[in-house]
Amino acid sequence: MIQPSSPDMVTVNIDGREIAVPKGTNVIEAARRASVDVPFYCYHPKLTVVGNCRMCLVELGMPAVDPATKAPVMDPATGKQKINWGRGPTIACAANVAPGMHVRTTSPVVKECREGVMEFLLINHPLDCPICDQAGECKLQEQSTGYGRGYSRFVEQKNVKPKRTLLGPRVMLDDERCILCSRCVRFSKEIAGDDVLGFTDRGSYSTLTCYPGKKLENNYSLNTVDICPVGALTSTDFRFKMRVWFLKQTNSIDTESSVGANTVVWSREGAVYRITPRQNDGVNDTWMADSGRVLYKEIRSPGRLASVRVDGSESALDFAVKAAADLLAAGGVAVVGSGRSSVEEQFLTARLAEAAKARSWLVPRVGEGDKLLVSADRNPNVRGALVTGLIAALPSAGLDALGKGIDSGAVRTVVSVGEDLAAAGLSAAQIAKVSVIHMGTHASATSEAARVLFPTLTVFEKNGTFVNQQFRIQRFAKAVPGPVGAADDLVVLARLVAAAGGPVLGADVGSLWPAIAAGVPALAAMNYGNIPDTGLLLDGTPWAGLPYAEGPTLHFKPAAATQEAPRV
Amino acid sequence: MPSPEQHRLIFRHIDEAGYSNDLACYVRNGGYEVLRKSVLRKPEELIDEVKKSGLRGRGGAGFPCGTKWSLVDRKSGKPIYLVVNADESEPGTFKDRYIIHRDPHQMIEGIMISCFANKVERAYIYIRGEFPEGAKILEKAIAEARSAGFTGPNILGSGYGCEIYVHRGAGAYICGEETGLIESLEGKRPYPRIKPPYFPAVLGLYQCPTIVNNVETLCHVKHIADMGGEAYSRIGTPGNTGTRILCVSGHVRRPGYYEFEVGKVTMGQLLNEVCGGPLPGRTFKAVIPGGSSAKVLRFGERYKGKRKAGAEMVDYDWGVEDIPMDFDSLAMIGSMGGSGGVIVMDDSTSMVEALGNINAFYSHESCGQCTPCREGSLWMKKITARMVHGEARPEDGPLLKSVADQIAGRTICAFGEACAWPTQSFIAKFGDEFKGYAEAKKAPRPDGVPELV
Repeated sequence: MIQPSSPDMVTVNIDGREIAVPKGTNVIEAARRASVDVPFYCYHPKLTVVGNCRMCLVELGMPAVDPATKAPVMDPATGKQKINWGRGPTIACAANVAPGMHVRTTSPVVKECREGVMEFLLINHPLDCPICDQAGECKLQEQSTGYGRGYSRFVEQKNVKPKRTLLGPRVMLDDERCILCSRCVRFSKEIAGDDVLGFTDRGSYSTLTCYPGKKLENNYSLNTVDICPVGALTSTDFRFKMRVWFLKQTNSIDTESSVGANTVVWSREGAVYRITPRQNDGVNDTWMADSGRVLYKEIRSPGRLASVRVDGSESALDFAVKAAADLLAAGGVAVVGSGRSSVEEQFLTARLAEAAKARSWLVPRVGEGDKLLVSADRNPNVRGALVTGLIAALPSAGLDALGKGIDSGAVRTVVSVGEDLAAAGLSAAQIAKVSVIHMGTHASATSEAARVLFPTLTVFEKNGTFVNQQFRIQRFAKAVPGPVGAADDLVVLARLVAAAGGPVLGADVGSLWPAIAAGVPALAAMNYGNIPDTGLLLDGTPWAGLPYAEGPTLHFKPAAATQEAPRV
Repeated sequence: MPSPEQHRLIFRHIDEAGYSNDLACYVRNGGYEVLRKSVLRKPEELIDEVKKSGLRGRGGAGFPCGTKWSLVDRKSGKPIYLVVNADESEPGTFKDRYIIHRDPHQMIEGIMISCFANKVERAYIYIRGEFPEGAKILEKAIAEARSAGFTGPNILGSGYGCEIYVHRGAGAYICGEETGLIESLEGKRPYPRIKPPYFPAVLGLYQCPTIVNNVETLCHVKHIADMGGEAYSRIGTPGNTGTRILCVSGHVRRPGYYEFEVGKVTMGQLLNEVCGGPLPGRTFKAVIPGGSSAKVLRFGERYKGKRKAGAEMVDYDWGVEDIPMDFDSLAMIGSMGGSGGVIVMDDSTSMVEALGNINAFYSHESCGQCTPCREGSLWMKKITARMVHGEARPEDGPLLKSVADQIAGRTICAFGEACAWPTQSFIAKFGDEFKGYAEAKKAPRPDGVPELV
């Protein structure tokens, strides 16, 4: 036996191969580490184990020892310690590894068990894959191909159950497709804390349903769709819109709050069709809020800005940059940066403020945290503004002081990087009194009032990084191209910095990062390419004492000073 | 060989004229005297008596009661619960019902002694939903016992207190499975729990150590405390001690309940002498010895092998009539003593139709939690129902067996075996009848033979 590398590791033998895994690992995960697939339906690494699908049955054995002397019993045929195999197959999801445990996942018994379970799961299943929305990402399809017999002996009538039950505003249920794995029931109870799902009736007639008078309408309801291994639960937003195998997957970050849930953006031919969570055990596990899944709709929403304008007239980018440079050169400049801008954009915004000798501001956004994956700070990147030096303190007071500066005539030009000044608290009179240079994606009071207007990109159309509430820097990537006429925020900012007399900096993340690494101590020695997919924790101690708005979330505990009441 | 006399220990007063189920009658007949003596003893002593007695659980599995008690986690600091399994739902079984209806105080005394022995301060009687009358009787009996100081706080001045509560089920066979019962008692759907880790002895009711015992088992505890484990172990046969209530139903002249020393009566004696043999003009065809989930036995087949007799191994060659009615012998020949429900079928019975009936029951009662039993039990029912309704195929027998083989041993609880064993054994013992059923179905039904399905 290979000696385990540390006392917390256990060596197990899976199909003849020895592998060391941490204590407490179950056999499914241990096999996964050994690149052995143990199929399952009901098991989910983030939910309690119920062991009801019986797909993960394997044979387990332990090394034989003499009951009296505890001495190993050797097998003379092989010269190795004899293995006492269990009397029958065991579910791998509920079995934790033990030292010396032997696992058979390919024996005739196991093969027969899987074929049996597959056959049972399919006898009352509609088998209408061509019109099922889950096709292409259906565990039943995958595992019947991998582990089923390929033919049916069932000649009876299939069970009839409700076909289209609206469990809530976003989730549709087809009970005939349901294999009763209870993942959705457990998720609602254990993670969302909204125990509204359950089964009625019994045996093969068991039916998933909502408790009478209740709806599955919590802000995490779509996670049940994600974890449904079959086509029983589908998203009302996505169902029948697109076959999943046509979609391109791009890693992204949920921008709705400072949690920074990791996401995948699914797109085809320039259009985004859905957003799903991406596993990050340090941030969002495998979950995300429903509210973050509809953000892609802003890409093609009415009011999208798509032409550069100077004093209301369409203009070429060069001319607009020149017009902005003239305004900046006249002095009396204030820069309003954004907690929704990426680290790269905030770095350039800070450089712009320096070049224009302007004070920089940040617009705060505070809502109510749900203690799970939507935090009270609704800006995804306030920590980035601190790290890049765009701001030195939290923007708790908003733009009140800026308004006073405008009233007094000290501020004559305001650069707004992606923020609507009216929504941020400036009055119409204050906005009218100054010259506004605005970068934005959608029409607003600020874009209407802007003397120089640069249409820019949404998070789905560009690359960059955000620093979440844990000071974890995480990348997002471009999923779809921006609209014709819009320019990358980095391009506009870099041009403005140079026009204001600042340094000439890179206008895309790749060429900009060397300057960021050189200029920002917390990001020294990093570059965009070497940030892992699950992000990189930065040292947040320089900003540890600040009064952040957030309470606890799934994987974040605020410092004691600002801690809210613990989650009940 | 003539049949031995019945040995009525539990059912001593069941049919006695003038015996009623109230406290006064029970006390008049010496009731609660054993409890009175037991609370003066050390609890450990009582557990030892039960271990010495060799008492095996009467619910179906025949697990040694003393061993079950010794597995209880007594170091956790959590309270220990006793749950009385009165969810008597196995088709063919009707013994607990008579104990509850006719002699409830005997059970309460057994419960109290068991609770005292295990330092249990709260006991629940989980009674099946179809026993509304039994629940009323128990409520009344517990109230009587409590006002007389036999349950409740400070029992008989001993300083020890224990409350008993009655909980009614809602009509589900699966609630007889101990972890399903516990879930139901906690107010949830009775989905049996996975073992490991949820062994009731460690993580049972409300995640506390829990003892789940059958009604009859707990009644035996009273008699063990009375006569001592040694004396009790001399009743019956070695390894199969005490008495056992056999519930005979089906095609015999005198169906009913009979109590014998375990292993002292054979199937033949039971059916032919005690129950009066087959109905006029009929012959026995098959018998299910331990509730409908036990494997069926075919009259005319021989069971051969070696068995232990004392320290020696001896050959045996038995027909169905020769099988002693004890746990080990029935297990040895491939069936089980189960719950003691003996279901007799004579030559008028179509085995396909009988299996159709059994399959209908199990498909209705599968809880639906795990795949093989949920889907398999209904599939088997659909196949047998189709056969009975005139569309039998010769390949249906092997198909049924194959489906059953995909269930047994692969489920969370023993229901998988319970629903698979009838099909497996019916096909194994009466395969020809399944093969020829399509033809037999076309032939006119003999006069006087009832439709079963």
